[in-house]
Amino acid sequence: MSRNPVAASLSMLNRFSGSPLVHRLGLYKPAQLIARTAAREGIKAGVALQRQFKATQKLMRPERLDKVAKPSDLFDLNISEEQQMIRDMAQRFGREVLRPAAIKADHDRITPEGFEGQLAELGLAPFAVPEKLGGTATESSVVTGVLVAEDLSYGDLGLALAGLAPIGVANALVRWGSADQQAKYLPAFTGATPPKSSIAIAEPRPLFDPNELRTRATLDGDGFLLKGEKSLVPLCESADFLLVAASLIGKGPRMFIVEKGTAGVKITKEPALGARAAGLGRVALDDVRLPGHAILGEGVDACDFTELVDLSRIALCALSVGTAQAVLDYVITYCNERKAFGEPISNRQAVAFMIANIGIEVESMRLLTWRAASRADHGLPFHREAYLARVICAEKGMEIGTNGVQLLGGHGYIQDHPVERWYRDLMSASVMEGGLLL
Amino acid sequence: MQLEIPKKLSAVIEQAHMVATEVFRPISRKYDLAEHTYPVELDMLASLMDGMKEGDGLGGVGAGKLKREKAATRGSSVRNGTNMSTVLGLTELCWGDVGLALTIPRQGLGNSAIAAVANEEQLKRFKGAWAAMAITEPGAGSDSANIRMTAVRDGDHYILNGEKIFITAGERANVVVVWASLDLNVGRAAIKSFVVEKGTPGMNFVRLDHKLGIRASDTATILFNDCRVPKENLLGSPDIDVQQGFGGVMQTFDDTRPVVAAMALGVGRASLERTRELLKERGILGGYERTLFGSTAAEAELYRMEADLEAARLLTLKAAWMADNGIPNSKEASMAKAKAGRVANHVTLRCLQLCASVGATETELLEKWARDSKILDIFEGTQQIQLLIIARRLLNKSSAELR
Repeated sequence: MSRNPVAASLSMLNRFSGSPLVHRLGLYKPAQLIARTAAREGIKAGVALQRQFKATQKLMRPERLDKVAKPSDLFDLNISEEQQMIRDMAQRFGREVLRPAAIKADHDRITPEGFEGQLAELGLAPFAVPEKLGGTATESSVVTGVLVAEDLSYGDLGLALAGLAPIGVANALVRWGSADQQAKYLPAFTGATPPKSSIAIAEPRPLFDPNELRTRATLDGDGFLLKGEKSLVPLCESADFLLVAASLIGKGPRMFIVEKGTAGVKITKEPALGARAAGLGRVALDDVRLPGHAILGEGVDACDFTELVDLSRIALCALSVGTAQAVLDYVITYCNERKAFGEPISNRQAVAFMIANIGIEVESMRLLTWRAASRADHGLPFHREAYLARVICAEKGMEIGTNGVQLLGGHGYIQDHPVERWYRDLMSASVMEGGLLL
Repeated sequence: MQLEIPKKLSAVIEQAHMVATEVFRPISRKYDLAEHTYPVELDMLASLMDGMKEGDGLGGVGAGKLKREKAATRGSSVRNGTNMSTVLGLTELCWGDVGLALTIPRQGLGNSAIAAVANEEQLKRFKGAWAAMAITEPGAGSDSANIRMTAVRDGDHYILNGEKIFITAGERANVVVVWASLDLNVGRAAIKSFVVEKGTPGMNFVRLDHKLGIRASDTATILFNDCRVPKENLLGSPDIDVQQGFGGVMQTFDDTRPVVAAMALGVGRASLERTRELLKERGILGGYERTLFGSTAAEAELYRMEADLEAARLLTLKAAWMADNGIPNSKEASMAKAKAGRVANHVTLRCLQLCASVGATETELLEKWARDSKILDIFEGTQQIQLLIIARRLLNKSSAELR
């Protein structure tokens, strides 16, 4: 059932203004602005929540987002006013909602109760969905996604991953999905409780390479037969549907939409080192029969798998950058306060230089990630840039994680301080493939 | 956000690259072997550079033209100005040859100092000069506030006494910008810079050093013995302002450090590019296809080096961009210098190793680049000095607290 635009806008405004969280975080003003923008731009399709994923409207063709037009071709590190506004919100959410929830979520290996609601109030998902499908997106927003991922991960990497994984699926549907797939799945993402979903690429195998998938898809009548195993899949147990990577015989890697409850899909918890709040799990696919329209995109060659992996790596890099920044800020405070031999330990070069190097490398990680994202937004090739960003974020992320603990000594090794969690989170992010994308 | 090089600066890059390819590379080995011989080929190049307008083509390449935009004069629109064009140009020149780039007539570090702090009259008087920079002394290197050279006012002159070492182009330049103290008891606030013209009585060349690398660029020792300099040759204010402290002289470094970082990027990239070519013959392609750990060890090494160089490049562009837009960039300038200096040195050394004996012999320039690159992690502030500056900024500490 479709609502008129005014009703949809009112509903959105209402959700923002009525949220105690929005008020508590002082987000009312920015939220108002965003709601107003959304209303002005016109929300054309109202969305009734449904988990059966039935198309409520028929799209003539898939909705795609425009590339970002360059205001000029000058080198410019400034972000737009809108990006700054979203950043302010994401930063406060990261600091004041995610960080305090991180310890318990890490321990429980699951997002805290009410997390989805809080996240929906933040209203990030509609930014990914095109206007015609009820969202507010008009142009590619990989850079904005990177900034948000950084800021949320500054609060907690696992919760950021849990929060952003479904948006990653929405992004993939917007980028490659067929008209029918978009109409079926995307409107739900603008609702009060967006579907839980994530991207499953990694497989439990040493030296895993996304271009050499063991998970196989074979043609089976009008559909496909999937067989294999996926690892480190966020929100796994609770997912309404997953985007699963499998190698289509004779074609190469392709993505498949696998809905909850499909026969042959077995989901188990996969206790892991870090990013635990994201509820990581393993997916066993035992001759899973899928309909022909389950392959992502219109036809078998619609989805650019290399680009998908690259956008996913950019997202994982952004998570690492946020957590690495958290390490830097934390060790600065700690080492300035901690005294040994009669003065702050940060007065010693052995300590201060480690911190300087963390500062340098966080910035290295950030700039490589930003450049890859910015090229993606502007429609430039970005495979090399995403690859190099991944290399540096994995290398330096590991280094920063271990030095963060080292700088706190024994105190860093116990869970009274967050650095041991960041140590684990940074390592997990450095080996993940998939999970989310921007 | 847009992190690509703007089209309007591609001319600077192309021309500098042309100089590197056509002028520097062919004579690179010649002057590495003939240390202390003046590269006469550069006279023509320098005239060419003089003939071009600032910021337009090669004129924007030299280190003499750095100008920091004042935040006050900054409009609402973003700038990519002389700091960025200098950084881009120097990268290309040093892709050609670091030593030769350092000894281009009239493009010395002293020219940067003059451009940054000279008044109108001085700018006019020293126009067209080739200015070297003399800071380091036998007893004071990184702790430049601790220099012992003195300047004593005597009527319309200052009398300079002391010894300066490691002066790039100290013998080739027409003038030397010299750091000296007006009062050794006051410390850094009393340090001023003086322009001393070649041939001034009391200014005596002692020797030229034999070095590990950058042999095309001469490094001189100069003794100042009751050397009388007109009082008009003092750069900046003659007053000792303890409040202002070292700011004036150190400000220059915020602008020149990204330039030295850029030089490191050039030689690092040269090594990596040549190594890629040589490894291609061994079937190492490096197309970013396999994961880092699925690649061969040599390929993975190339990827790591490329990622580090790219990080150094972006840090350098960021620091230059901040200077162009009037944003204080002391920390970022040091980050760029620290990262680029160590990465370039590492890259040139590792590339040499990857190429085995081909890398270590004089048939290739790889062994030369491996020697040249080391200086870039030392001069204009060593790696350790950059880390100190960065740490003090991050930790909000004074130089008394974090020494």
